[in-house]
Amino acid sequence: MEITPSGLRIASAATATCPSGVLTHAMGRRAFIGGAIGASSLFTAGKLFALPAQSAPRLLVVFLRGAYDAANIVVPVSSHFYYASRPNLAVPKDKTLALTGEWGLNPALGPSLYPLWQKKQIAFVPFAGTDDTSRSHFETQDTIELGQPVEGSRNYRSGFLSRAAQVISGDTPIAFTTQLPLCFRGGASVPNIALNFVGRPGLASRNADLIAAMYQGQELAPAVAQGFAVQADVYDTLSQEMQAANRDAVSPRGFEQSAQRIGVLMRDKYNLGFVDVGGWDTHVNQGGAEGYLTNRISELGRGLALLASTLGEKWNDTIVIVVSEFGRTFRENGNRGTDHGHGSTYWVLGGGIRGGQIAGRQVPVTQANLFQDRDLPVLNDYRSLIGGIMRKAYGLSQAQVAAVFPSTQPQDLALI
Amino acid sequence: MSAFRPVLTGLCLFAVSLAASAAPPAKPAAVALADRIGWGGGPPVADPAQYLRDQLHPSNNDGLPPEIAARIAAMPISRMTLGEIAEDVGASRLALQQQRQMAAANASSTAQADPQRNPAQMQYRQKLTDYARQAAERSLLRDIYSKNQLREQLVWFWFNHFNVNQRKGVIAAMVGDYEEQAIRPHVLGKFRDLLIATAFHPAMLQYLDNQQNAAGHINENFAREIMELHTMGVGSGYTQKDVQELARILTGVGINFGAQARPRLAALALRAGADGIAFAPGRHDFGDKQFLGQTIKGSGADEAVKALTMLSRQPATARFVSKKLAEFFCCDAPPDRLVAAMAATFLKSDGDITQVLTTLFNAPDFTANLGSKFKDPVHYAVSAVRAAYGETPIQNLTPVMNWLMRMGEPLYGHETPDGYALTADAWSGPGAMETRFEIATVAGAGRPSLLLADSTPQGRGGRGAMPTDAQLARLPQTPPPEMKNSPYVQALTASIAPATRDALAKARNPAEWNMLLLSSPEFMYR
Repeated sequence: MEITPSGLRIASAATATCPSGVLTHAMGRRAFIGGAIGASSLFTAGKLFALPAQSAPRLLVVFLRGAYDAANIVVPVSSHFYYASRPNLAVPKDKTLALTGEWGLNPALGPSLYPLWQKKQIAFVPFAGTDDTSRSHFETQDTIELGQPVEGSRNYRSGFLSRAAQVISGDTPIAFTTQLPLCFRGGASVPNIALNFVGRPGLASRNADLIAAMYQGQELAPAVAQGFAVQADVYDTLSQEMQAANRDAVSPRGFEQSAQRIGVLMRDKYNLGFVDVGGWDTHVNQGGAEGYLTNRISELGRGLALLASTLGEKWNDTIVIVVSEFGRTFRENGNRGTDHGHGSTYWVLGGGIRGGQIAGRQVPVTQANLFQDRDLPVLNDYRSLIGGIMRKAYGLSQAQVAAVFPSTQPQDLALI
Repeated sequence: MSAFRPVLTGLCLFAVSLAASAAPPAKPAAVALADRIGWGGGPPVADPAQYLRDQLHPSNNDGLPPEIAARIAAMPISRMTLGEIAEDVGASRLALQQQRQMAAANASSTAQADPQRNPAQMQYRQKLTDYARQAAERSLLRDIYSKNQLREQLVWFWFNHFNVNQRKGVIAAMVGDYEEQAIRPHVLGKFRDLLIATAFHPAMLQYLDNQQNAAGHINENFAREIMELHTMGVGSGYTQKDVQELARILTGVGINFGAQARPRLAALALRAGADGIAFAPGRHDFGDKQFLGQTIKGSGADEAVKALTMLSRQPATARFVSKKLAEFFCCDAPPDRLVAAMAATFLKSDGDITQVLTTLFNAPDFTANLGSKFKDPVHYAVSAVRAAYGETPIQNLTPVMNWLMRMGEPLYGHETPDGYALTADAWSGPGAMETRFEIATVAGAGRPSLLLADSTPQGRGGRGAMPTDAQLARLPQTPPPEMKNSPYVQALTASIAPATRDALAKARNPAEWNMLLLSSPEFMYR
């Protein structure tokens, strides 16, 4: 099996699923734990991250970097053109799980997410994406993370989640990534943490204070202070969970492990989150009802189901939006894979949403309806879609939505 | 963001009020230039003009300490051709396949399913990772000890520009040759040579799927990334049609380590001795192509050389590559006038990298930005080792590779072809800063020691994966490095900010002093 490596730009959950390499994630962390561990003034300051009693709904954005092949996951089972276009890759209708008359779910998501569909806690939005037609992973990922109109110059210091954090009151944002993602840049410093390296704070409190003092008045001062605070905070929140996990015979790995930790952190501490998952750029041998892509999506589904169960009753006020930069070519390529396309399918999950539906504007999946006779079209713009969800979920005004997504009409998908 | 964010109380509110105006502390000129042209942490420069000339026109002698030079020469990757490495890896893979067939015949066996319990599979993987580890050690040793610091920085820069990832396929066994043969000879030469050498290396062809690209079975992946990431840049005017035509041009360029494939190289007029590249006429699309407004006659492998040469001469390529060099060597947002001057040199000199860099290094914008570029993790780690150990040969690079992994920038480890980010935004988030301070703590203490050979089984045999944390913690210790007295640190601390000076004065022992210096704002910038 081969996939292209274009899937993962910001190392995060997905890297933990990589085949063993020279350097693995398991190593490293404990080597950095210093001898002296204490609770400093900075660490206790981290407690202030705790959610206020009347908290905003929880929102997690999951970014599938690398452009997952949506058509083989939420399958247009009534389209003859789909089966004609993918002689080697199509998922047979009788293998899918029925969603509606037109759409079926890839069986890899049966055990994990089909129960959520039956409980009306997940909806799918086909024909979703951007008006960026560069077909470049990196360009279009940036487009989505910035959330600015494609026309005109880009401000790389203003991501859409950063702007959302400014208009949503009572939010506690965090990125579950090694690097701070573009979507959270700009505005105030948003903490980021790599969930596969969570360990005890490696610095004595005295040293942390000395370091913070060196940065007083410097541009990096907020990041430095927040770095100490969030590290201690995340460790405190997860330590119980990690000890429990260590006693388990089998502890979750890869995205499942990250998802479980996200569940704990969003249950107890944070309510506006971002995580990215890579490995979707399937130019070669992606498989159909079985194979590489279904293994990958299966892991994602198990992770999301674990996230839901970990959140417990908080799942009811949680919304998860799964996005990807674009869909793939509707027809399979010469290598039993798919190339860069346009329209994708986004997912909306949550205990309190009106799920169990295929939402948004739709057209029959035919050759005539393809974009440039190549890709699924985009009928549901990601900015309208996410803006519409935010508007309902947080009760934002039109002006507030416009602050997050300028020059966009929020779309009401009737999911909230 | 609104002021309610509660964590930013106390010291942070004070910081916010000053943040807009605060620049990193100015460094002494003798330190600033070497910190930028080189990896940083080296001795101050006596004659800046002479230093620049030497760096731009390096001799073949890298001035490595003899012990380091001998260690590099003794590495298997330094003594084997890529063909020999491929044979070695192929033999292991064959053993693995045979073992699998036997296991399949013995259907009750479950051991085969678990790679940890499958010796042949473990051996195969260890072989692959061992080759990549050798390459990383060689590269880091040169970064730390070479007198030709600019060349070594450019090796990292161009590898990153033409990125491949060791986790895909058997690229782990090929990254050493890729860096040594496709990148390193050309880093100060013509851009066209770099472009062609990387495009015709099996590591790149495997990474971007071109070995699958054949007439009637087009795979666009490599063509698109060449145009988007290696040459012109996205949005520079090429079309989806250009991508498709370049993909057709590249059909049939693939990998073949068989002996009969080697003579084909001569036909491609590529570097002598290159292994593993083959042009398969049967897989090539011999039709004419319309590429960037010109007709390329269907003729075979030389179409690719023609197309790459065309790409190397595009004004968009000159701008794109110049801007990236300026981002790396000057500033996160290089001024248009600087990029334009570099691009003009690029076009005038047919992509002569030394000349483009000469334009850059002599520009007022370059000088004005010295000392204000945030170090990415590789710069941070390498400069820390250089400042701490100077010419003393270190014995154990495992901790350094460990730091890089934790900071998210291991060698050969970036998954996607865009390479690692070159700007501060990507590396200076709260989580990243905290990680850096943890690394300053262990690096400052010299724990585990870099001066004692890695005596873990993995380290001794140079085999396979990295030692575990527990193994590393059990290694014998040495006293912390004497950073305070190094020429670099003495020159740096001569002009250190009062807040840093105050913190350093509170250090209770050498390890703490080192930790604070390595954590200081002064050490975060180059």
